[in-house]
Amino acid sequence: MGAQLRLLRRRIKSVKSTAKITRAQELIASSRIVKAQQRMQAAVPYEREITRAVTGVVSNTSSVDHPLTVARENTRRAGVLIVTSDRGFCGGFNANVLREAEALGNLLRSRGIEPVPFVVGRKGITWHSFRGREMGGQWGGFSDSPSYANAKEIADTLIKAFSAEEIDEIHVVSTEFVSMLTQNVVVKRILPLEVEETREKPETPLPYFEFEPTAGDVLDSLLPRYVESRIFSTLLQSAASEHAARRRAMKSATDNANELIRVFTQQMNQARQAEITQEISEIVGGANALADAAAGKE
Amino acid sequence: MAKLRVGVVSPERELWSGEADMVIAKTIDGEIGIMPQHAPVLGVLVEGGVLTVKRGGGEPDLVAAVHGGFLSVADNEVSILAEVAELGSEVDVARAKNALDRAQASVEVGQENTDAKRARARLRAAGEEVG
Repeated sequence: MGAQLRLLRRRIKSVKSTAKITRAQELIASSRIVKAQQRMQAAVPYEREITRAVTGVVSNTSSVDHPLTVARENTRRAGVLIVTSDRGFCGGFNANVLREAEALGNLLRSRGIEPVPFVVGRKGITWHSFRGREMGGQWGGFSDSPSYANAKEIADTLIKAFSAEEIDEIHVVSTEFVSMLTQNVVVKRILPLEVEETREKPETPLPYFEFEPTAGDVLDSLLPRYVESRIFSTLLQSAASEHAARRRAMKSATDNANELIRVFTQQMNQARQAEITQEISEIVGGANALADAAAGKE
Repeated sequence: MAKLRVGVVSPERELWSGEADMVIAKTIDGEIGIMPQHAPVLGVLVEGGVLTVKRGGGEPDLVAAVHGGFLSVADNEVSILAEVAELGSEVDVARAKNALDRAQASVEVGQENTDAKRARARLRAAGEEVG
């Protein structure tokens, strides 16, 4: 019995130290969500303005045929930007993104398009390199707090590959931050850009813009910035989602650890009690036997 | 007189927003001054330009170093979308000077001088004299 008691004590100790780690991770993640959300908020004005500017240009020029907006006739290869995290300990966060990316890859293949993965985040990179998949590009080390320079680097690579006709479409698979509790995996196509011409009259008619220097030049530098800003907001959302997923995963890990500790403590107490009871009954049995032997002698 | 509503935003944050009498920025075509009732304009800003916002009413001018980006004007609303921007009051003059020296050293070796342009714009925004 003594061995079992020792075993249980050891397990409780180890579960307790795990719980300490997961609890700490949970607290760190909670504080980082707030920061990530603030960064998301801070990026909103720029995104809004650049979207307005793009809409302004597009509605002013009668025909938009910029290379980045034209759909290619025979699409052979499609880039898929997969946004994962650098670290694990975040539940199904990466698995969900990768599963959706696989589904998209299969869908593209069934249409005769070869998907080319571009991967952000070390988890996604190891997932792909472990399976020996070739990647069009890989970036890691900034998934929990991406900067605009990171987004620019990614956008540059993608736009370069797109302009060189190495890829004919670009899709993004990432996690969208809806709230602390809800994060969804979304699949979007970012290139060729879809130019939405709203049929309904906007509330205030868009003004007729003058361009400095020309509409074409403005569009040339505006569209890549727009793609960058879209990618940046994707990265920020993914970062916030990562922290939210980690917080949730670590919270349930901590809860599980506490439950285990409760069960083990109970078992340990039972084992200890059983040991004591056995010892007493052995002593009593022994004493009785001695007493009986003494009575027999008389 | 009507006032301009001005917003200076970079991808990572909103630098400044408020009302002003006049905005002066540098586009690829040259300097452009925007006053209220200006016709709608969409311009591409140069790398390493200096943006001046005249706030009027005795308030000091707002000066910022703006690297690349756009200027959009419509309905007395001016938005400056800068890829990288820094308010003049936030520029660390010593560091910018350092950066300029380093950039100029590398220019002599024959590298691109974007860094030098940026450093110069930052110094100018901070109100320093740059040669």
